[in-house]
Amino acid sequence: MRNLSAFLSGGLFGAGLLIAGMVDTVKVQGWLDVFGNWDPQLAFVLGGAVLPMIIVWRLAARRELSLLGSPMPKRFPPVVDRELVLGSLLFGAGWGIAGLCPGPALGSLTFGGWGGVLFVLSMVAGMALTPSLRPILKRLGRGSNLALQAEAPEVLR
Amino acid sequence: MEQDWIWGLVGGLMIGAAAALYLLVNGRIMGASGILGGLVDGSGRNSARERGAFLLGLVVVPPMLVPLYRQVDTHITTNGWLIVAAGLLVGVGTRLANGCTSGHGVCGISRFSLRGVVATVFYLLGGGIALVIGRHLLGVV
Repeated sequence: MRNLSAFLSGGLFGAGLLIAGMVDTVKVQGWLDVFGNWDPQLAFVLGGAVLPMIIVWRLAARRELSLLGSPMPKRFPPVVDRELVLGSLLFGAGWGIAGLCPGPALGSLTFGGWGGVLFVLSMVAGMALTPSLRPILKRLGRGSNLALQAEAPEVLR
Repeated sequence: MEQDWIWGLVGGLMIGAAAALYLLVNGRIMGASGILGGLVDGSGRNSARERGAFLLGLVVVPPMLVPLYRQVDTHITTNGWLIVAAGLLVGVGTRLANGCTSGHGVCGISRFSLRGVVATVFYLLGGGIALVIGRHLLGVV
């Protein structure tokens, strides 16, 4: 059952990404390119996905367990650290250069040509490398006093 | 095209429904980079089958819709070096930040998570900077 609903969720996610235009790298770059010929379509995609999920999170908060009996995901402590900021900047840069983020890259794997396959292989390599990059980043950051530990405002807890 | 925003909204609602299904039924956050990354580095070994099933759906369902839909070309660049660099950046960045557009963006923002909101601000900033430099200054992207 878990695997069936995971499969259905993945399929629905992929279908949504395709219909929304998230697998079209030119469109994605047009949205990220705020200083060029800006294309607002993807704001509707994000909005369309976030709005129902606001209600769903409210429903989820009332439950201890999911419908299949596993615990609901816990909140991460609201701490903004260097890895979150640096990682997001790097991810965004890669997203801007190629126009693919992880979901659409996987969703378009079968029809995205050799470029799409090369992108996914490189992404997987980057994921595999990350555990060994972490200690290096920590060492580099130790000398700096760029402590990015922020406490969350009340509304975000 | 004129009606593109409607397709964006419809697709977005489907993405939200997929995230709702994964959360309410499986009790998990639908984040593409986390689901894949946990398999790549072994941190998600205990839920490997569930992750595999999600990824299988994500990979095999979109091509079934391609014949019904005008969009079949991803228009990805033909510059292999750019693709490799971008793929590495996305792989490393999403694992360091512990999330991407789906986990931090869709699931994080809707939960009013500080980390999700901050991550989204910085990856949009990273994307904007990449296009300013790569497209408007260097003309390679």
